[in-house]
Amino acid sequence: MTFVAGGLVCAGVFFLLTGAIGLIRFPDFYTRMHAAGKCDTLGSLLVLIGLASHQGLDLASVKLVVIALFIFFTSPTATHAIARAAHRNRLPMWTHKDSA
Amino acid sequence: MTHTFFLGTSLAILLAVVISLYRVVMGPSIIDRIIAVNVIGTKTIAVIVLTGYLFERVEFFIDIAFLYALINFIGALAFSRYFEEKGVEHTGPTR
Repeated sequence: MTFVAGGLVCAGVFFLLTGAIGLIRFPDFYTRMHAAGKCDTLGSLLVLIGLASHQGLDLASVKLVVIALFIFFTSPTATHAIARAAHRNRLPMWTHKDSA
Repeated sequence: MTHTFFLGTSLAILLAVVISLYRVVMGPSIIDRIIAVNVIGTKTIAVIVLTGYLFERVEFFIDIAFLYALINFIGALAFSRYFEEKGVEHTGPTR
């Protein structure tokens, strides 16, 4: 276990935890999606890359990098599709008068 | 040492899953529930790979994680398309 692998995995867990906290704390759907989409992508990416660097160069680490690339492309795509479904259905946005 | 580190990491990600589960249960609209389930699925991929390290069967568990990533993506797209056509109910506060 090198320091690089441990640091990458710890950073990924930090981003996953902050994304989950943002998912329950933000006031409306679009801001929650802002927290969920980006933190989740970066957190999973860091955890998988950290585990691949812990593994060394073999078939398992190549597969881990492939999974990381797959998440890097598909997670923003899924977030975009869900946000479009919400926007087409005129889901209400949080405004200043809701904060009172 | 390494085993303890992977166990702690898995438990921290599971804590994040439990926090996200609040949004699945309480989410005001169906779209909130879909995004929370998508987030939990992405966290589950990391937990599956870490489980492979805990049981020392990494090559076996990585394939499961890849399949889970595929199914998670297809499920999110299917649910969003379905509710885009069907319509989303939104009554009450956004929180």
